[in-house]
Amino acid sequence: MLSLTFRKEVDPEFRRRAELLIVLASVIFLFLVGRLFFLQMVQGERFTYLSENNRIRLKKIPGTRGMVFDRRGQLLVDSRPSFDLLFVPEDATDPELTLRSLARFLGRDEGELLKLLDQNKARSPFEEIVVGRDVDWRSVVTVETHQLDLPGVNLRIRPRRSYLLNAMAAHLLGYLGEIGPKQLTSLKTRGYGMGDEIGQFGLERRWEEFLRGRNGGQQVEVNAMGQRVRVLHEVEDVPGSSVFLTLDRDLQETAGEAMQGKDGALVALDVNNGAILAMVSNPAFDPNAFARGITTEEWRGLNRDRLHPLNNRAVQGTFPPGSTFKIVLAIAALEEGVIQPDTPLMCHGSMAFGNRVFRDWKKEGHGAVDLHRGIVESCDVYFYQLGQRIGIDRIAKYARLLGLGEKTGVGLDDERTGIIPDSEWKMKRFGQPWFPGETPSASIGQGYVNVTPLQMANLIATVANGGTLYRPWFVRRVESLDGALIHEYGPEKIRSLNLKESTLQYVRSALRDVVNTGPGTGGRARSTVIQIGGKTGTAQVAEMRGNYVKNEQLSYLLRDHAWFVAFAPVDHPEIAVATLVEHGGHGGSAAAPLAKKVIEKYFSLKNHPSDQQLASKPGESGAN
Amino acid sequence: MQIDRRLIAHFDWTLLSLTLALTLLGILTIHSATYSITEEQASGLASKQFYWLMMGMVALLGSLALDYHHLDRLAYPFYGIVLLLLFLVLFIGSTGGGSQRWINLGFFTLQPSEPAKLATVMVLAKYLQYDEPRGGYRLRDLWFPFLFVAPLILLTLVQPDLGTAVILVFVLLSILLIGGLRLRSFLYMVGAGMAFCPIAWHFLKPYQKKRILTFLNPDLDPLGAGYHVIQSKIAIGSGRWLGKGYLKGTQNQLDFLPAQHTDFVFSVFAEEWGFLGCLILLALYFALMAFCLRVVVRGRDRFGSLLVLGIVTIFFWQVVINVAMVTGVLPVVGIPLPLLSYGGSSLLSMMVGIGLVMNVNMRRFTF
Repeated sequence: MLSLTFRKEVDPEFRRRAELLIVLASVIFLFLVGRLFFLQMVQGERFTYLSENNRIRLKKIPGTRGMVFDRRGQLLVDSRPSFDLLFVPEDATDPELTLRSLARFLGRDEGELLKLLDQNKARSPFEEIVVGRDVDWRSVVTVETHQLDLPGVNLRIRPRRSYLLNAMAAHLLGYLGEIGPKQLTSLKTRGYGMGDEIGQFGLERRWEEFLRGRNGGQQVEVNAMGQRVRVLHEVEDVPGSSVFLTLDRDLQETAGEAMQGKDGALVALDVNNGAILAMVSNPAFDPNAFARGITTEEWRGLNRDRLHPLNNRAVQGTFPPGSTFKIVLAIAALEEGVIQPDTPLMCHGSMAFGNRVFRDWKKEGHGAVDLHRGIVESCDVYFYQLGQRIGIDRIAKYARLLGLGEKTGVGLDDERTGIIPDSEWKMKRFGQPWFPGETPSASIGQGYVNVTPLQMANLIATVANGGTLYRPWFVRRVESLDGALIHEYGPEKIRSLNLKESTLQYVRSALRDVVNTGPGTGGRARSTVIQIGGKTGTAQVAEMRGNYVKNEQLSYLLRDHAWFVAFAPVDHPEIAVATLVEHGGHGGSAAAPLAKKVIEKYFSLKNHPSDQQLASKPGESGAN
Repeated sequence: MQIDRRLIAHFDWTLLSLTLALTLLGILTIHSATYSITEEQASGLASKQFYWLMMGMVALLGSLALDYHHLDRLAYPFYGIVLLLLFLVLFIGSTGGGSQRWINLGFFTLQPSEPAKLATVMVLAKYLQYDEPRGGYRLRDLWFPFLFVAPLILLTLVQPDLGTAVILVFVLLSILLIGGLRLRSFLYMVGAGMAFCPIAWHFLKPYQKKRILTFLNPDLDPLGAGYHVIQSKIAIGSGRWLGKGYLKGTQNQLDFLPAQHTDFVFSVFAEEWGFLGCLILLALYFALMAFCLRVVVRGRDRFGSLLVLGIVTIFFWQVVINVAMVTGVLPVVGIPLPLLSYGGSSLLSMMVGIGLVMNVNMRRFTF
């Protein structure tokens, strides 16, 4: 082949340039090696961290909160599973189409769902939008079956608090709320995280430490689409402990029903140890609303309500005790010996003192009245005079001995002290001495005197049990989920009053006759089942100077508060009840029947164990 | 055709071993890149690539058989066929990933831009094989090769296949420079090219502009255009010294990496084999190129040397730009890693190229 013989040889210049290319290639390769060294060796740690971060997501599994049982093991508060409907637009090819399908399947308004996309524009990628909280079973089933038509729609299972008595024990049990930013900073070290629920009121708050479940979690490996590939590491969630109360569910229900439609409070105590058997405060709220996720409007409504439904009136409400305070004077008089019990004092329907006239509730007067009749008929004039003889400071001393004017220490939110006035208090508060003309009002539980319903319940319990003041309590024991005892609680004596036995016996027999004799003011509490003793009280809200006005003629907020404090049975007391009906009118008519209902229920539960079975109805759920 | 005994004696086992080593590493990496951890199996792409390797071996041996001097006459017909295919791809090409690059041949989708690189080299070698003028070529001496290469570049640009166009430009410049272009003329060209850049910017597709902008600042759009570079850097960097282990690269297995088995195959490799693995891989490439460059230097005639030089530059620029791109040094332009990336057209033309290098090397002893 001719062409082959004429081919051009490679000249040295060309060779030199080709050799230069080797040098150039070496330099560039060295540069690439350097770049790899930088990425893999110098910054390797950082990129390893980033790659872990890329693929590992932490998924929180909220720990189930502990259950709450009553004294007989009946469920009061449960944590049931609930489903939240979530939507991750990034996982859907056409988010709007998915939402339209969802609206069709669930029968919800299309526009409302589509609005969610706009409302959540600021969210970070792959953050879920909550389409529905605690959706019903039908929605759960619908979403599950149409999973393929609903890309990006997920269900999140979440334990939800369920209060079986609904609003009936709301104030004692309290409610939950999402942990606030301030709480979060202080509680972060104790394992709380964003979005956790925490007890914000009542038992839920006070016993948070035991009730709370510890969150579990999963380290989930996800792919670039955010889809879960596998679970790398799992920390089991720890359910909260079960709390057993001294409360009786059935008694609480009866008390709640009795108080239905009335404002005020009712507290029932075990006379012999101070355990709370029932505690109602009205108006109430439904703690299930908080568990569901309370709306801003609902919250604002509860807060703005001038009747303050969020307040637990049993401990946060202070009221003049009215005639129930006469128990204190009777005890003081007998202990101090300022009067012979059978010494009569005259009542003409009113008493002038200084330039003021103090009226008796009975315009025509009671005539000659001794201590027993004074209590039974609640003669104001008798106690005006008795108060003068005892003097304010000694009245205050006995009131305080009986637990008034001090916090009971029950462990509920914002408990109030109330006011038991004396000369020292007056000086401190107003910089004035106590005027003798102020004593008559105080003697019938008016004027400055202010008490909480729980204090009154504790007072009557102390009278009934022979003079031991217990600290009211409501948690008997705490158990782990498998039944192991964690804590057990018992009664705690605040003090023994060391009163003469004759004093309390005298008072108790008078209180028996308040209910069980003809002229007694508490006849409406008379029971055919059990002998009840008690004292009525009608606390004036507005001072009716010199006029007798029928309570019904007054506007609601000016009407009298009705009190009744009771115990039963009179011989060997077991239960003490304090009832306050705000603006309810006369204690004898408005409050006494309520106390009677609760007391009768207590003994029917006690005497008919079969009723207990009926009443407990296992599996019954009042929640929805 | 009769095979000279001396040819067999000079058969280049080293070059063949390097080629096979790189290709097999590629198949291994493609297996990992297409492995699904949830289904615990890979797609069939690795075995497909293995068939391409078999075909490639046939093509390699085939390109050895004919004395390379005959390519002098085959250059223009080959060029013509490639040009025709590139034209055809505009009209009957199948589309993928937003560009029209492939011709479906039934059993095989051909990517004509791959043989276009070989065609460029052959045409240039044919034209520049004669003695260079005194003081080197001036631009006016080279209007003929420009005329040949320009349509190839333009036709790949409109597909659009920016990567191949860039490689063609780099290959053209490299061959011209070493083939005897005056330095001053070269600088004129570069200057003119720079001046052309702002005009060219307007012809770029939006996604290409975005890639260049995000190259300048990847954090501009971490979940969008910058995503690929960031994820690739994370993959490579997290490989550290010895890598995460074969099939254990999380960036790869969990699909954080884009185009794992094609343009970003190096990231997969780097994540699973670490810095040491990368050193070995780059050493293999370097050895292959150094070996070829030795053939260039030792070549007995200009045509053969230019042919080998051209093939080396194809290798060189593709490796350098691909690795620079996945390590975030250069913008993402879509260039496969020769012999490693998945793709029949690329593997076949690369192996034909190696065959030609061996062809030249074997025949330097024959006259």
